[in-house]
Amino acid sequence: MISMSNGFRNCLTLAFLASFSTLTFAVEFDLREGVTDMSRRIQDLHHLSLAVCVVVGIIVFGAMFYSIVAHRRSRHPKPADFHESLLVEIVWTTVPILILIGMAIPATTTLLEIEDNSDPDLTILITASQWKWHYQYLEADIGFYSNLTTPTAQINNLEPKGENYLLEVDNPLVLPTNKKVRFLTTSNDVIHSWWVPDFAVKQDAIPGFINEAWARLDQPGLFRGQCAELCGKDHAYMPVVVEVRLEAEFDKWIDDQRLAKELSSGQAVADRNKTWTMAELMPIGEQVFLTHCATCHESTGVGQGVTYPALAGGEIPNGPLEVHIDRVMNGRGGTEMQSWAPQLSDRELAAVITYERNAWGNSTADVVQPKTIYATR
Amino acid sequence: MIETHNNQRKHIVLLISLAVGMFGFAYALVPLYQVFCEVTGLNGKTSGRARDLSTIYQNQVIASDREVTIQFLANVNNGMPWEFRPATHQLRVRLGELNTTDFYARNRAAQAVTGQAVPSVSPGFAAKYLHKVECFCFSQQQLEAGEDRHMPLRFYIGDDLPEEIHTLTLSYTLFKVPTVRASTLVSNRS
Amino acid sequence: MVAQAEDVIPQRSPLMAFMARWLLTTNHKEIGTLYLWLSFTLFFIAGAMAMVIRLELFQPGIQFAEPLFYNQMVTMHGLLMVFGVVMPGFVGLANWQIPLMIGAPDMALPRLNNFSFWILPFAFTLLLSSLFMDGGAPNFGWTFYAPLSTTYGPPSTDYFILGVHMMGISSVLGAINVIVTIFNLRTPGMTLMKMPLFVWTWLITAFLLIMVMPVLAGVVTMMLTDRHFDTSFFSAAGGGDPLMFQHVFWFFGHPEVYILILPGFGIASQIIPTFARKRLFGYHSMVFATAAIAILSFIVWGHHMFAVGMPVWVELSFMYATMLIAVPTGVKVFNWVATMWRGSMTFETPMLFALGFVILFTIGGFSGLMLALVPADFQYHDTFFVVAHFHYVLYPGAIFGTMAAVYYWIPKWTGNMYDERLGKIHFWTAVIAVNLTFFPMHFTGLAGMPRRIVDYSLQFADFNMVSSVGAALLGMTQVLFLYIVIKTIRGGEKASTRVWEGADGLEWTVPSPAPHHTFETPPAFPPIMDENESTSLNE
Repeated sequence: MISMSNGFRNCLTLAFLASFSTLTFAVEFDLREGVTDMSRRIQDLHHLSLAVCVVVGIIVFGAMFYSIVAHRRSRHPKPADFHESLLVEIVWTTVPILILIGMAIPATTTLLEIEDNSDPDLTILITASQWKWHYQYLEADIGFYSNLTTPTAQINNLEPKGENYLLEVDNPLVLPTNKKVRFLTTSNDVIHSWWVPDFAVKQDAIPGFINEAWARLDQPGLFRGQCAELCGKDHAYMPVVVEVRLEAEFDKWIDDQRLAKELSSGQAVADRNKTWTMAELMPIGEQVFLTHCATCHESTGVGQGVTYPALAGGEIPNGPLEVHIDRVMNGRGGTEMQSWAPQLSDRELAAVITYERNAWGNSTADVVQPKTIYATR
Repeated sequence: MIETHNNQRKHIVLLISLAVGMFGFAYALVPLYQVFCEVTGLNGKTSGRARDLSTIYQNQVIASDREVTIQFLANVNNGMPWEFRPATHQLRVRLGELNTTDFYARNRAAQAVTGQAVPSVSPGFAAKYLHKVECFCFSQQQLEAGEDRHMPLRFYIGDDLPEEIHTLTLSYTLFKVPTVRASTLVSNRS
Repeated sequence: MVAQAEDVIPQRSPLMAFMARWLLTTNHKEIGTLYLWLSFTLFFIAGAMAMVIRLELFQPGIQFAEPLFYNQMVTMHGLLMVFGVVMPGFVGLANWQIPLMIGAPDMALPRLNNFSFWILPFAFTLLLSSLFMDGGAPNFGWTFYAPLSTTYGPPSTDYFILGVHMMGISSVLGAINVIVTIFNLRTPGMTLMKMPLFVWTWLITAFLLIMVMPVLAGVVTMMLTDRHFDTSFFSAAGGGDPLMFQHVFWFFGHPEVYILILPGFGIASQIIPTFARKRLFGYHSMVFATAAIAILSFIVWGHHMFAVGMPVWVELSFMYATMLIAVPTGVKVFNWVATMWRGSMTFETPMLFALGFVILFTIGGFSGLMLALVPADFQYHDTFFVVAHFHYVLYPGAIFGTMAAVYYWIPKWTGNMYDERLGKIHFWTAVIAVNLTFFPMHFTGLAGMPRRIVDYSLQFADFNMVSSVGAALLGMTQVLFLYIVIKTIRGGEKASTRVWEGADGLEWTVPSPAPHHTFETPPAFPPIMDENESTSLNE
């Protein structure tokens, strides 16, 4: 940098600028308007405060730049000697206070409306855990988990990334338009935060407590958000996807869900009555393992240090079966190993335990039946 | 010179006392918050003590006309191997009226497990109007392996509940606690 | 007191003499130097962690930093920058400058001063060694919320707690030293309202430190007992509350961020008058504004917690109090501009950094004001908008302030002028790099990118790439700065006593370099600044 040939300096500049060549400038600069009254008012508030800051900035920085030019020594050799003025201090204390009051008023009225959670049309209980969401419709009595579905191959740069990379789930939350939806948030482990920017709803999910928020969605569509509180390893991998439908379609969806719930319990009965072979269970188990367990225990079962123990050659998959079943079904309190019994079916649990006991060199030859799992519940 | 040394010593003592005092203040914040929250009901926690029925009913008009909806939620914390659900998801109740409902719990694990239910009310400030006469959250509950139980909850909502509340939600989260611990420890804390 | 090792034990080898000198020194100038070098070293280490972060975030997907490791980098970067770079850096400046500026021979408690420093290398070795422990370093963010840090923290968390205790003790002892020195050792005639602003801002900062570092000590002790001794401060299971953690932490945390900036305000108030050749405008206002900021800082902690579900009237109180802080802060900025106004300015490197500080810190202040509005904060909270805000107030704020101070006072410390051309290159490259790195973060935050994520969805990719390129450039400017500092220590144009034409204050009456012992008798105040004894300036 000290003494450099012109050619070299030009090359550096070019390289620096060239590093920007992959930018497509498909960028957003503004906070989005969103699809609720509140989100629009928040955008307005954002514009208001931004405008105030820009105007004040122009005035203050304008004065500074003017002074830098006009009062530099070469142009202004004799400095003035004033150094205080009570009047001026009073003015530039009072005027900012008035400006702040002007911003505080719309902020206050908007907040009072946002925090009025009364008289909802429906209530959703959102339970966060590491690293997924559970949605329960209180009135309709249906509930399901919502997990990220972006393939790890995309995350590890082995495949090109899809359009909704990291913002796609298996079961989105489905909501109706034009109804006041009340969201109750809580958590099963650490603090998470449920956030959908288009709704301007962000609410922390705190273990042992419930919080409430609400939204009334104007229009149908798919809206995506993310967890907004560091919650451990996969904080970046627990998106929120909400599918908003017109009221009639929403009602139909609820009915479909109720029906599916009955059917799946029928399916579960069929699973229990069947005796499964190792060959049938292993591929199911591998699928379950890769979807839910590999993120911590690794697809090869080697784990990650003391935090996520190795299953390949591990004590539990090679030890007593009841201990292994208990660990998978009920988790281990105080660690990130959660209870999988609520989330996985008997078949999935039987399959994944069988898989763990017979993969990566583990050779217990144990085959766990769904009915054993059912009996343990 | 001597004066500055004496002054210095005085300053040092004062400043160290300030530092130690602030350390104590940090700990004092814990009971201070509890008192504040109990008085205002802000954090949604209901009292950990049972309301004595007899004294209340003497002085109060029972059952006003006003009705509110109360929703019940049951959560199980990570590592707690119980099934836990409310008997009903919501009730329509009159203020001042004594109501009963229950929660069902079943221990799925192969050994005895002790649980502590922690209540949370939304909206938070409604908590101080929810008076529990009998609640399984007042003490730890122990279930043997495979055992199940219906745990009752008897409560009434005070008729001084603010006008603007039409729905409130009572949520319990079950946490696993070590089985050996004395059960009185938790029930005295709110 | 060991003044010169050779006098006491003439047989000591040069190595032993060197170690005895630096391990046992009670001299405020040497201790100041130790703090500054510690800060600079940790600046490179924490900066390297920032490079890891920005390199991983250069593109979506996981390139080389797995989530667990990435979370450790994010956490350690924050901890080291706050506790290891900005705070020790300001303490180093305090040590060098406060006795010189008030006409004292040294700090009031020189041995305590030595002890306060030497705790720190141990504390940071402990903290850094956690990177190599089983389970890795702390990975829960520098704000270490429970229960992620209590129930779910790695084994190294306990070492982290011990490290925090050690750093806290160092800070509190140092702050006591500063206050006792300022109250007792001012030269006769220097009343409180005649002290230089840098001394005032450090006096107020020292009070903040004594009041809030013990609260941090309290909260980490509660963490420790929750983790190991069956208490339940932060666990709902035992009747506690994870939010308790946040309230106690931020009661410390908010005043802490003012600790991280007030000395910077003091530095700007020293430099701008010198290079404008005009007295600081509104001295009394500046003192009161600083005090007002410090007092208000105790009642705004909830603004870090707007998404946790506090009642409306609590959120509104915190919002109004937070907005109010803009008033004294604005007063300070206006006073600096009024100082420049109709002055006679030259733009040597210290002035460039000071002006860069004022402009870019103010931009950070603007985003802070926006964050104060609760409904809008629901969209900004825990996104890169917040990251942009605090990096603007911390980097162009605290770091530019420290760099400005180094350029301003290094001729006094070393007796040599730094290379002005290199200094300007450092400044301009840093300004470009800082804005390239952190300005796009406003947009990624507004577009919906959360904080503390190892990987992000595609719409954030372009801005992240720009930030990462900026960060690489910023990293290179630090190497340039190191080079400039070392070059200046080793030699350069000789500095005069007054150094800067517009300089005023007791520190500019002692020779350059300042002798090992200065003001062994209290000097006359106000000093008579020798008009002939200044370096002529080019502009």
